[in-house]
Amino acid sequence: MAEKKLLKKESLGQLFEKLKSDGRRILAPRKKENQIAFEEVSSPEEIAKEYIQTTTSAKFTVFPPCEELLRYRFEDKEVQIEDRKLDPPPTVIFGLRPCDAAGFSVLDAVFSWDYQDAFFQSRLEKTSVIGMSCNEADEYCFCTSVGGGPGNTKGSDILLTRLGSGDYLAEIITDKGEEIVSLAPDLFGPAPSDQKDEFLAEVPVRFEHKELTTKLGAFFDNDLWVEQSLRCVGCGACAFVCPVCVCFDIQDEADKNGGTRLRCWDSCGFSLFTLHTSGHNPREVQSQRWRQRVMHKFSYLPDRFEIVGCVGCGRCARSCPADMNLVEHLKEIVETK
Amino acid sequence: MTGPNIYKPYLMKIGKITDEAPGVKTFRLLFQDEEKGKNFSFKAGQFGEYSVFGEGESTFCIASSPTHTGYIECTFRQAGRVTTALANKEEGDTIGFRGPYGNTFPLEDWEGKNLIYIAGGIALPPLRCVIWNSLDLRDKFKDITIIYGARAVADLVYKHELEEWEQRDDVKLITTVDPGGETLEWKGEIGFVPAVLEKEAPPCENTIAMICGPPIMIRLTLPVLDKLGFAPENIFTTLENRMKCGIGKCGRCNVGKYYVCKDGPVFTLAQLKELPPEY
Repeated sequence: MAEKKLLKKESLGQLFEKLKSDGRRILAPRKKENQIAFEEVSSPEEIAKEYIQTTTSAKFTVFPPCEELLRYRFEDKEVQIEDRKLDPPPTVIFGLRPCDAAGFSVLDAVFSWDYQDAFFQSRLEKTSVIGMSCNEADEYCFCTSVGGGPGNTKGSDILLTRLGSGDYLAEIITDKGEEIVSLAPDLFGPAPSDQKDEFLAEVPVRFEHKELTTKLGAFFDNDLWVEQSLRCVGCGACAFVCPVCVCFDIQDEADKNGGTRLRCWDSCGFSLFTLHTSGHNPREVQSQRWRQRVMHKFSYLPDRFEIVGCVGCGRCARSCPADMNLVEHLKEIVETK
Repeated sequence: MTGPNIYKPYLMKIGKITDEAPGVKTFRLLFQDEEKGKNFSFKAGQFGEYSVFGEGESTFCIASSPTHTGYIECTFRQAGRVTTALANKEEGDTIGFRGPYGNTFPLEDWEGKNLIYIAGGIALPPLRCVIWNSLDLRDKFKDITIIYGARAVADLVYKHELEEWEQRDDVKLITTVDPGGETLEWKGEIGFVPAVLEKEAPPCENTIAMICGPPIMIRLTLPVLDKLGFAPENIFTTLENRMKCGIGKCGRCNVGKYYVCKDGPVFTLAQLKELPPEY
């Protein structure tokens, strides 16, 4: 059982000061024109007031959209490789929704099985999450269908739930959470008697993910993939806003003196993703790529790593220019006879 | 950085370049750091990521045999950005190599068996590694047969080695070219690989078949092997899905829940029958 405390709303500013003087940067949801995204903040006043979900996820903190894997210099016919010295700043992600917080474990499963990806691991190690339960949800949210919930503690080091008074119920989940409390123990008072559940959004269960995984085991040749993906334009927006999509590309950029090898986010929705140089493409039409996206998340990852590759944040549906709604499509698959 | 950079390549010196066929070259690569070269080992069937700094990485098998130490070789056709940059390299130039990656042909399980290699065009390199590996351990295997076809005589790779295998009496080599691809001097077969295999009709008893070639050749050859009585467990191939990382992260080579780069590239036909047809 996580230890419970009360964090007064007036104390947030002091908590931020303590975190900063401990050398940590704080990332929190910030409003930028019509989008809300995680950015560095120095005080709670800078945090977006009302939001259900940030437009983009906080995945970039552990897995940047584009990062250098190495640098090299050309010297006549020789090449000198400069290894990347990775020293990520200690980071606190404040206000992360429970769905997003749970997403880190999916990334970790891929980056840390077999070969160990130090780029990801060193960032994850330096990252602490002060999550924020959801008081509100919208029609795109479906965390409860994939094993999560609006007050789920998985992935958070401390989970805050905003109470009626505006103060926060703080659940201290991990050692990293304890460490944060120890920076400012006076700010964390005795737990209130309020029941956390009363303040959580209602997120109805839309389908059973285990049933979906079972169903997908024999769904590969179904015609529904074509029907569902007819309006997909293959833009990849769903993958780029997804907190758990982990597929990437490796590319070089250089001039005559030297260059860098970069890894950048990629998407299985792009036709180039699997295209061979010969012209052969194992997934040559969009319906096959849509099927891969769904199968990877709800069949292959569960089969291989016993995790669901989706946390139900709903961003893919909110961002889709063709108005494809993942949860509706998944429901349709489960309900197909 | 908490651990080593798993994306950092070895620096390799191009020791020797051999022109194999139009657009096809073999590089012999030496480790710039001799100590690393000494400690490097791999097994038949494994692959690597070869890079031209400034252009990117490309995936090929290691085409030399693990029994030949001190260097590795790769054979590639100039086709895209990286292979074009590779083709423009000269002896003495430096390129990158990450590997060895992936699983292997289980040669140690095949002692006392007949081996038949079936390859088409530019797909001989992955089998060349196993061919030399088995020839260097010749006593451990029974009959060794190689059936190799290409569109035209000029497209046959490893011409000197084909001559060597031709002359050895402990290996049976059958070469073939597509109709119209022959020259006046051509003494081999004329016809497609599946037809040549059917005519040759090697016995399936106690025999392992390895097949590598363009998808169309594989598709038409498998029914012939089936007709000859080869069990799916005894037919091996290597998949060549597009890859970037080579180490089970980037998600590009997925076929179902498998990573071709980790669970492959070597698969039996029995395993392939369980996979979605995305290769």
